[in-house]
Amino acid sequence: MNKKKVTEQLGFWVLRLCVGITGLILLIILFDIVTKGIGKVSWRFLVESPRNGMTEGGIFPAIVGTFLVTMLTAVFAVPLGMGCAVYLNEYADDNVFTRIIRMSIRNLSGVPSIVYGLFGVVLFVQMMRIGTCVLAAGLTLGLMTLPWVITASEEALKNVPQSYRNGALALGATRWQAIRSNVLPYSISGMLTGTILGLARAAGETAPILFTGAAFFLPFLPKSPFEQFMALPYHLYIMVTQHHSLETARPIAYATALVLIALICSMNMFAVILRYKLRKQKKE
Amino acid sequence: MHQTKIEVRDFNFFYGDQRALKDIELDIYNNKVLGIIGPSGCGKSTFLRSINRMNDTIAGARVNGTMLIDGQNIFSEKMDVVELRRKVGMVFQKSNPFPKSIFDNVAYGLRVNGRKDKAYIEHKVEESLKDAALWEEVEDRLSVSAFDLSGGQQQRLCIARALAIEPEVLLMDEPASALDPTATAKVEELIQELKKKYTIVIVTHNMQQAARISDYTAFFMLGELIEYNETQKIFTNPEKKITEEYITGRFG
Repeated sequence: MNKKKVTEQLGFWVLRLCVGITGLILLIILFDIVTKGIGKVSWRFLVESPRNGMTEGGIFPAIVGTFLVTMLTAVFAVPLGMGCAVYLNEYADDNVFTRIIRMSIRNLSGVPSIVYGLFGVVLFVQMMRIGTCVLAAGLTLGLMTLPWVITASEEALKNVPQSYRNGALALGATRWQAIRSNVLPYSISGMLTGTILGLARAAGETAPILFTGAAFFLPFLPKSPFEQFMALPYHLYIMVTQHHSLETARPIAYATALVLIALICSMNMFAVILRYKLRKQKKE
Repeated sequence: MHQTKIEVRDFNFFYGDQRALKDIELDIYNNKVLGIIGPSGCGKSTFLRSINRMNDTIAGARVNGTMLIDGQNIFSEKMDVVELRRKVGMVFQKSNPFPKSIFDNVAYGLRVNGRKDKAYIEHKVEESLKDAALWEEVEDRLSVSAFDLSGGQQQRLCIARALAIEPEVLLMDEPASALDPTATAKVEELIQELKKKYTIVIVTHNMQQAARISDYTAFFMLGELIEYNETQKIFTNPEKKITEEYITGRFG
């Protein structure tokens, strides 16, 4: 074998190794959680409340709480974020001002979630006097998700060929008509996919809900957005670190982690399927 | 003398500091074909895209001088750009059908201009496709995607789309540059038909094409209008030496 071929082979193997190591780490984590958690997961675990000082029973309130908060996050972040993206990409001029705004949005997506949590306490819980509740937590997570939604949506809008816009404008369409008929239909799948991935990330966050509404233990489900709630990531956190009998709580913690991962994976899967469906529809 | 449709006087166009068009003066006549020729980067596309203000979207672009259509200043603040573009249709260099059905492509301009009457839209789509010499090839598959058409068919579809809103002027930016000879011949034939109803301005790189299809020819170079005259005169007896050199292919 000549030298060129050896280098080529070596290069390939190094790259293969990178993929292998990454995959292996993921597999180990999943294997650990699944093997230790699966024994505890049952239908009753999913639909019952915790009992006996959270050493028995299920995690139903936490599932419902996470679901409610994620919904509120979506209601807040999706319209606002998509609107922002459409304005920035389609209407705004490219000048110093919009560049600063864009850069700020990019930077916001890198702000640690605990900082959002603190900000949420000050703004929503204290200043706006909403109190610690589903709404405050949803808004805080919404703030955190917003830059992700904007960035993903902008990328999706950028992928629409300029000729679709120009063609429409040249036919006497207004800018909004061109956007509505020739830009949004071809970017919505990308926008939704990015958004769902952002929401999935929000659903698994602990820090932003820690001070804004998540409760240690509640015997009831929240009846309004102004009540506290239990959430999967926070429940996991307390089961692992705050429980009076950590050993007893360990299997429940693993099962909770498994449910949380399953929830987030299914959201991501949903995003992939949705994108596939919309793309297929677009081609027809 | 023919009736003037568009009157251009002292027209200058700037991209930032760069002056892309210099003191252009010419008249575009009703129901005639004006061919614009010149080497790459001479400003011919910029000129064309000024007529329907498609350059508006470019940051840092500005103009001075006048460009009048039916006596109205195209660049006046009172000019409604949407209305202008309805009046001045455009066919782009690269055919750009929308990812919609053939029917919806042609109907697009009608719909965005507020036409709702289904019977009228159907009638107009058929008429436009016939005018663009495409009807016979697509009449039994109007609902398939425009992307299923060949390159030449796509370009004729874009012409049909432009015709549907009954513009008065049709701008064509090298409409045949990406087409094979047969498709090009079809488009050229079509232009001869279309000038009965429309005023046409066509940018082309192809000298023979300009000679074949245009009534008037304007030769642009480095942002200046070098010579403008009846096509026959430009091609047989140009006034300037540089025009002759360009036409005979001594530079390009």
